[in-house]
Amino acid sequence: MTNQQSLLEVNELKKYFPIKKGILQRTKGYVKAVKNVTLQVSEGETLGIVGESGCGKSTFGRTVIGLEKKTDGDIKFQGENIGDLSDRELKKYKKDMQIIFQDPFASLNPRQRIGDGLEEVLKIHTTLSKAEREQKVNELLKEVGLKEEYKDRYPHQFSGGQRQRIGIARAIALNPSLIICDEAVSALDVSVQAQIIKLLKDLQTTHDLTYLFISHDLGVVRHVSDRVMVMYLGTSAELGSSDQIYSNPLHPYTKALLSAIPRPIPGVKKERVRLEGDIPSASEYPSGCPFHTRCPIAKAHCKESIPEWREIEEGHFVACHEV
Amino acid sequence: MATNVAASEDVKKSTNKEKNTIVVVKRILKNKLAVIGLIIIFILFIMAIFAPVLQTQDPYQQSLTEAELGIGEQGYILGTDNYGRDIWSRMVHGARISLVVGITSVSIGLIGGVLLGLLAGYYKKLDGIIMRVVDLLFAFPGILLAMLIIAMLGTSLVNVVIAISIWSIPGCARIVRGSVLSIKKQEYIMAMRAVGASNIRILFKHILPNCTAPVIVYATMRMATTILSTSALSFLGLGAQPPTPEWGAMIAAGQDFMWSAPHMSIIPGIAIMLTVFAFNVVGDGLRDALDPNMELSDN
Repeated sequence: MTNQQSLLEVNELKKYFPIKKGILQRTKGYVKAVKNVTLQVSEGETLGIVGESGCGKSTFGRTVIGLEKKTDGDIKFQGENIGDLSDRELKKYKKDMQIIFQDPFASLNPRQRIGDGLEEVLKIHTTLSKAEREQKVNELLKEVGLKEEYKDRYPHQFSGGQRQRIGIARAIALNPSLIICDEAVSALDVSVQAQIIKLLKDLQTTHDLTYLFISHDLGVVRHVSDRVMVMYLGTSAELGSSDQIYSNPLHPYTKALLSAIPRPIPGVKKERVRLEGDIPSASEYPSGCPFHTRCPIAKAHCKESIPEWREIEEGHFVACHEV
Repeated sequence: MATNVAASEDVKKSTNKEKNTIVVVKRILKNKLAVIGLIIIFILFIMAIFAPVLQTQDPYQQSLTEAELGIGEQGYILGTDNYGRDIWSRMVHGARISLVVGITSVSIGLIGGVLLGLLAGYYKKLDGIIMRVVDLLFAFPGILLAMLIIAMLGTSLVNVVIAISIWSIPGCARIVRGSVLSIKKQEYIMAMRAVGASNIRILFKHILPNCTAPVIVYATMRMATTILSTSALSFLGLGAQPPTPEWGAMIAAGQDFMWSAPHMSIIPGIAIMLTVFAFNVVGDGLRDALDPNMELSDN
């Protein structure tokens, strides 16, 4: 597809959570959080993943880095199939994949000094001496725009933006190649968001990072991403370059999402695609195309057959019968 | 508001753990009841530690000619009992027994309870087994369970400690498990897993320090219950045996002399009441002081 080397390849990934009921805790069905996602991430790029709440974006990210065990499918990282590895075997890959969480207030241990927290990460994976580790912690803090003397402070002594910087420092501490930003800027206010995005971009160039940027904010995703994947109910609906998705959306769901972005230009009337109803429950998964229950252009056959993942133009994929 | 900002600035300036402790101490000192409780506990510890110095005579020394003396009579600060033993000296030594029994059994109970709670909360597979055993222990009324254990092991203070320790385990296990369940879903635990930290490291370095607050409160409250139960068991004749100067046993001994020498029962009774009261209010104060949500309303 792309001529660059691919860092991460995900093939038909599935993650189902069993629903257990009764005294015997028998499995009475599944929540299909991630039903079918296929994608490929090249080294050095930023792939944005958008979708509404509950569409499985975060579960997808967590499954990719091994925080959740996949149900089915393949995850290839640096050419190695990591989906089936045990926790112990996975440890050496954990160095290369890191995650930045959404809530900067929940992602740091409140009883640990931030310097100790960063040092611990180094302790787990490296054989550096104490002095070397301290040196490295200082460098990391400087790199994310914090002062060295902050390392003796506790998380509650920082603002949201500063905490997110600490989260980023932790993620880059081991020099990973892939970082999953799970709604990394969603909890911050707009001015801080811009600073953090700038920091992420700077780090991308200095550290050769690849980002999987998960967000519900279409504007932010457009700003940071080279390519964008739209997810709906655990499946990939559309994947393409930023330009392709934003200026030539093909899937009716993408169109609806994009038309919902508020536009600050008065007088310009934009046709709004309205979706009826709510997102269906992932535990009672719809037959056929997952979007048919709300799709404005659904036909009879959409109910029955699952649309194929087709390449419409160079690098632009879509899963819809009607395109 | 202005003072709030100044206070939070103060907090921001603090750079080490000791300063954090100071914040908690300051908050406790603002709670008047807790301060009274702390003073009582302090006096109790002084009594227990310096018992041999504070005693006016040997607590076991009998003098039948001086039996049943009232408070202050013939130089006996708190009078004498039916054998003419000095009640003050016996009270001071009783404080020793109460605190030693309280501290050892609460500590043993905490160690057991915290370990079980951590395992049950963290490992889903162990949760069912551990918590059913805990539920089973809970199903017994505490004092009955203690009596059962003492009936099996025989009556002695050591067995009282064992019985009360076992009885302290389930409550602690439940509290810790509850905290672990909520803490393990926090993103900082996930972040540690993403980094590749081992389960042991996560459990003891990241989860345990974050559930200390409810455990400290539980331990303090538990001290009150334990001291009360030790006395209750001794009162029933299952704990300390005469002539040991244990408060509960002293109340029991005084029963028959309720009309002629009521102070024999009333004095140890008041001591037990004050001790239990003190630990309870300090526990309450600690709970408020350790509550992280109090951070912002602090001024």
